Amino acid sequence: MTETVLKCEEITKYFYDPIEVKVLDKVSFEITRGEFISLVGKSGCGKSTLLYILSTMDRDYQGNLYIDKQLMGPKTGAELAQVRNEKIGFVFQFHYLLNEFTVLKNVMLPALKLKKYSEEEIEARAIKKLEVLGIRDLALRNAGQISGGQKQRVAIARALINDPLIIMGDEPTGNLDLKNSQIVFDIFKQLTEELNQTLLIVTHDMSFAERTHRIIEMEDGRIIRS
Amino acid sequence: MNIAWSLLQARRKQSIIAAVGVTFGITMFIALLSFMTGLNKMLDGLILNRTPHVRIYKEITTNPNQPIKNWFTSQNSYHFIESIKASNSRSEILKSQEILNSLAHDGRVLGYSRKVSSPAFFNLGTIDIAGFLNGIDVKEEVKFYKFSDYVTTGNPIDIKNVPNSIILGKPLAEKLLADLGDIIQLTTSQGDRFQLKVVGYYQSGIADFDKTQSFASVATAQKLLGRGPDYITDIQVKLKSIEMAPIIALEFQKKFQTNAIDIQRANAQFETGTKVRNIISYAVGVTLLIVAGFGIYNILNMMIYEKMDTIAILKATGFSGTDVKSIFIIISLSIGVAGCFAGLFLGFLFTLFISTVPFNTEALPTIKTYPVSFNPFFYFIAFCFSLITTFFAGWFPANKASNIDPVEIIRGK
Repeated sequence: MTETVLKCEEITKYFYDPIEVKVLDKVSFEITRGEFISLVGKSGCGKSTLLYILSTMDRDYQGNLYIDKQLMGPKTGAELAQVRNEKIGFVFQFHYLLNEFTVLKNVMLPALKLKKYSEEEIEARAIKKLEVLGIRDLALRNAGQISGGQKQRVAIARALINDPLIIMGDEPTGNLDLKNSQIVFDIFKQLTEELNQTLLIVTHDMSFAERTHRIIEMEDGRIIRS
Repeated sequence: MNIAWSLLQARRKQSIIAAVGVTFGITMFIALLSFMTGLNKMLDGLILNRTPHVRIYKEITTNPNQPIKNWFTSQNSYHFIESIKASNSRSEILKSQEILNSLAHDGRVLGYSRKVSSPAFFNLGTIDIAGFLNGIDVKEEVKFYKFSDYVTTGNPIDIKNVPNSIILGKPLAEKLLADLGDIIQLTTSQGDRFQLKVVGYYQSGIADFDKTQSFASVATAQKLLGRGPDYITDIQVKLKSIEMAPIIALEFQKKFQTNAIDIQRANAQFETGTKVRNIISYAVGVTLLIVAGFGIYNILNMMIYEKMDTIAILKATGFSGTDVKSIFIIISLSIGVAGCFAGLFLGFLFTLFISTVPFNTEALPTIKTYPVSFNPFFYFIAFCFSLITTFFAGWFPANKASNIDPVEIIRGK
């Protein structure tokens, strides 16, 4: 039983500044539940651009994007924010934690926005997520005071808090040393095997990509292998 | 929202400075308005306290029904003869007793007092000093027009209790070399001479006015003028509500067939002065608040530049533009409200302080400290203004923050 989580049809995007460049050219593919996909390609091939379109943050494109069988195109900014909040977890190259908050608060934040559970429940769930990632003991530390690898794990916990349909990562290991990259990869692997979590990770680390279930390779705005 | 709170904490110093800006603005606004209004009230009070709400009097005018006009009604003719002069008309109010009775039963009237005023000459050796003698109902004057405030030496009630006594304007008394208990000589307009005992000094703060005025009881004045107890030149009416004065004045004029003027018409220039002063103080106060608003605007702008990453991550994790906007508006408003309350409190303390500063001047005998008004309305206005300015100071940066494109920031790294 395969369930389509995300589907894009003929997505095309231009950059207009400084000159008109076609960054994405009729990109189409589907992602089904539980897949661990890596999106690879050379610098400038459009993979990050594609990821931002898929994450609904970039709305300036042609073509159709379906997330959970819903068409994203006609939705308003607030509705898209809702979709991101509920269905997409995000992990960036740079950790992007809020330094003003504790680790726990950082993880709880998207759930507080979603308001599906009470604050106590959210806290309990956040602690559980931190446990899964082995960083339970950092919960009450300030986000500014932990190491890079730890931060990335906190960011993954945050991406998981609302049980998203899909987790997207933009070079989540790009800024980490080998050991921490390995830890992050193992976490992803664990998530997809144990929790049937769908993952879409942009990377240019081929050794990382080769260990995922499926590789989508891009070149000059086109998919050349998927 | 606790995100707003955390951001405030992170920028505590700047937030406090911004709040202090608002505090300062509000403090000065309150202090300025209270002080200005206090002064206004005092200055107006100088005149208005002593002005009846409605004054009923008899104006000496020429007869409006000149017979010659009745003869030549044609449009084409002109006449150059005015025959009937005012010579024969009387200066007292006709049927004064009737009017007084009617006033006593009028529900809108708080009180009234009779007055007999007449020019008089005060004899200083061979020189006569021109002045006015006012015969007054001293009890009512004290009650309604704070007469006792202006009698700086002596007891005002003495003019009623001591026969043939008078209160002189202080500069007038100085000119006449009249001490308390001295006898002065006065010549009425009819040419009769009387000797009166000085029982007090009067000082209103308007020097020219004090130079010419003197006060005696109604009965003394009537006696001096050789008139009976019906002779009254003015009736001063104090109403329950001052706003009614123009209507009631018109009504009295018709009813009693005499002249009546209301306080608003008699003192229009003071109203204007008050208004202009109010406008100036409001303008200064609002300017201070707007300056404080710019302070908040700047700090929020800086905060937004610093917190671009935070905004981007909030947006990426599902906070909409509206959420981001409300966070920054909450920051701005909480700075504003905190600053405002501190300002209201400091402003109150400041006005309290001003109201205890000694303020002694020759011209204003009743004022010992600076006059200050503690009108709660100013506090309300200050509160509203600070909310409005801080809201807008937050609105523009917040709008900018809400329009930040997370992709640009995340990619820009």
